[in-house]
Amino acid sequence: MPFEMPVEKSSSAVNTVTIGATADEGGTRLSTVTVGGETALPFLHFEGEMPHRPAIAMEVLDVPPEEWPGPMQEAVGDVCGDVAGWARKCVDEFGADMISLHLVGAHPDQQDRSAEECAQTVKAVMEAVGVPLIIWGCGEADKDNEIMPRCSEVAAGENCLLGTATEDNYRTITAACIADNHKLLAEAPLDINIQKQVNILVSEMGLDLSRIVMYQATGGLGYGMEYAYSIMERTRLAALSADRTLSMPMLALVGPECWKAKEARADEATAPEWGDAAERGIAWEATTATCFLHAGTHILVMWHPRAVEIVRNTIDSLVKQEG
Amino acid sequence: MGLTGLDIFKQLPKTNCGDCGVPTCLAFAMKLAQKQASLDQCPHVSDDAKAALDGASAPPIKLITVGAGERKLEIGNETVLFRHEETFYHPTGIAVLVDAGLPAEELAKRVEEVGEVALERVGQTLRLDAVALRGEGEAFVGAAKVVAEKSAVPFILMNEDPEVMGKALEACAEKKPLIYAGTAENIEAMAALAKEHGCALAVRGSDLSSLAELSEKAQGAGATDLVLDSGARTPAEVLANETAIRRAALRKRFRPFGFPTIAFPRGNDAQGEVQEAASYIAKYAGIVVLEKADPWQLLALFTVRQNIYTDPQKPLQIEEGLYEIGSPDENSPVLVTTNFSLTYFTVEGDVEASRVPAWAVVVDTEGTSVLTAWAAEKFTAETIAERVKACGVGSKVKHRKLILPGHVAVLSGKLEEELGLEWTVVVGPRESSGIPSFLRTAWSPEG
Repeated sequence: MPFEMPVEKSSSAVNTVTIGATADEGGTRLSTVTVGGETALPFLHFEGEMPHRPAIAMEVLDVPPEEWPGPMQEAVGDVCGDVAGWARKCVDEFGADMISLHLVGAHPDQQDRSAEECAQTVKAVMEAVGVPLIIWGCGEADKDNEIMPRCSEVAAGENCLLGTATEDNYRTITAACIADNHKLLAEAPLDINIQKQVNILVSEMGLDLSRIVMYQATGGLGYGMEYAYSIMERTRLAALSADRTLSMPMLALVGPECWKAKEARADEATAPEWGDAAERGIAWEATTATCFLHAGTHILVMWHPRAVEIVRNTIDSLVKQEG
Repeated sequence: MGLTGLDIFKQLPKTNCGDCGVPTCLAFAMKLAQKQASLDQCPHVSDDAKAALDGASAPPIKLITVGAGERKLEIGNETVLFRHEETFYHPTGIAVLVDAGLPAEELAKRVEEVGEVALERVGQTLRLDAVALRGEGEAFVGAAKVVAEKSAVPFILMNEDPEVMGKALEACAEKKPLIYAGTAENIEAMAALAKEHGCALAVRGSDLSSLAELSEKAQGAGATDLVLDSGARTPAEVLANETAIRRAALRKRFRPFGFPTIAFPRGNDAQGEVQEAASYIAKYAGIVVLEKADPWQLLALFTVRQNIYTDPQKPLQIEEGLYEIGSPDENSPVLVTTNFSLTYFTVEGDVEASRVPAWAVVVDTEGTSVLTAWAAEKFTAETIAERVKACGVGSKVKHRKLILPGHVAVLSGKLEEELGLEWTVVVGPRESSGIPSFLRTAWSPEG
């Protein structure tokens, strides 16, 4: 008796979203990234399509973190003071599909950089690399409303992914996205209903749902990973059952969340029982990313080049094999 | 997905004799459906009906026990495809391959090491669950004896020659090892061994159809405790098969697949092995068998398992009370936080990173984080004050300064009042990540 695969066909698909614009499309990017379009749960090729592979963005910061963990220091310590050089290294040497630029220096508690300074940073990174950009503000609502319109403007036509729109602060960034033709990162704190709400609010301003990517807050391995995992899994199931307000691709902020954990940071002298420190930190990041791939993440924002390589291999092994 | 009362009623004698203690067969059927009665109470039920009803009331995925004693491994008995639907119940067993060809002394040492692995994380001790002994011929039989004697954890016997397996089992069957594996070549003999020794049997197909066939054959031959291996060894295929097996068992009640599974992560290297193992832990494997088990690999995999198998309805909590982080003294800072373990252990990590020892007053917020607990009125001036007074921190420190999470700064005034103006409330950082710089620069017991 041959076993019949228990196929569960879905009639709907996750939205397909392209980030980046080439010269033909009015931008200057040398490559673009397209994610989404799935008609099944992640990597279940027997019952649906997965037309695009998940993308890996590498994060660069305009102010490098204090107390950078050892393995990160070793990997990018030489360039992390120069955001454009750092971005270039991520693309040229580490093969990042995208650059995720986080403008932490704008934060009033950090360097309180002006909109103009931030815009210059965006321009410098844009000129340094040919891949699409994700641009994040500093997380302080008022300051972000000041800097993001200018950052959006200098990148007009490049079809970046701009973040983030939240339930309490979405108008300015949404308007900038509409004006300069970018995609929008809509953020909600591990809450599906708030996520829907944000998506609806920005669409009511005239930004089409098809131009949104969702960021549902990320917990690193051991620090709330399971919350993000289940939120993303539930969201993917909602998309497959035709909930148009939750059909957008999803992004996870893996690198910065993982490298906060002492399991990733502690050196061997501090935690001899946990084994090789470099391998451990890299595994911590890569493993978190892999779990999120199974939950349905489309864009992984990562830090360590070896973790990136490992996760790229994992994606290779899970996407449909040719022939 | 149990039977309805009417489904059960159809199988009963319908005589309304009352011998079961319930006046009518229909009422008895209703009680059965609600699991308030047992079929044994009916003396007249036919054997056929009994078999049908027993089968239908059995869990869709059987609970399988590997090993005996304190560290026996229980897998299976899962009820959902996604953890948010309910929870996953029996965490994936993590086993390590051991080569039967090792010299006896080295083998003994290796096996003992596996049993001793214990990593501490968020208040839990994380351990390996099994040894997977692999080898051939007489060497395998001898090694099985060594493992049976030395192993603190259950073991899996990996050899496909029924004659060799039979000899190995004679020496160690009372330890209830998992037999690996029954295949198309040896299924009758392996199933007979499993039945004879009362051990669980893993069956390995070359695809899902052959796996279903082997499962039926094994059950037909009296091997009732099975573990399934679809034979797939590449991540995409394993994922597809694990999903198909779980779905067929739960949604279609496909009996041949009503058992937990075993998977063998490979990967290009040690890092790749971790990624495959993490994938299989997330997606339904009952046991994963690792080739390597370095502590850094295990820390990541144990944590994946811990996360995936956490009950979404019951956040991990710690006891309320006073905690020492480092070795605090009478001048050390006192921080207030909630008993959600994620919150507490994040704070603990950040205090450790600051290298400033501290006291932590943990308030019972039913396992919710600072903001959630505050919104739900479980983290209030009253509850905090009560815990500060009850935990005795006042006798541990000379100063009277209490550091409150920045997110609930609004509680400061009220909290000082509740504490009879004995303590000064200092507003700390909003995020735990701000603790190191706060303790190093802003904290002082003076003034």
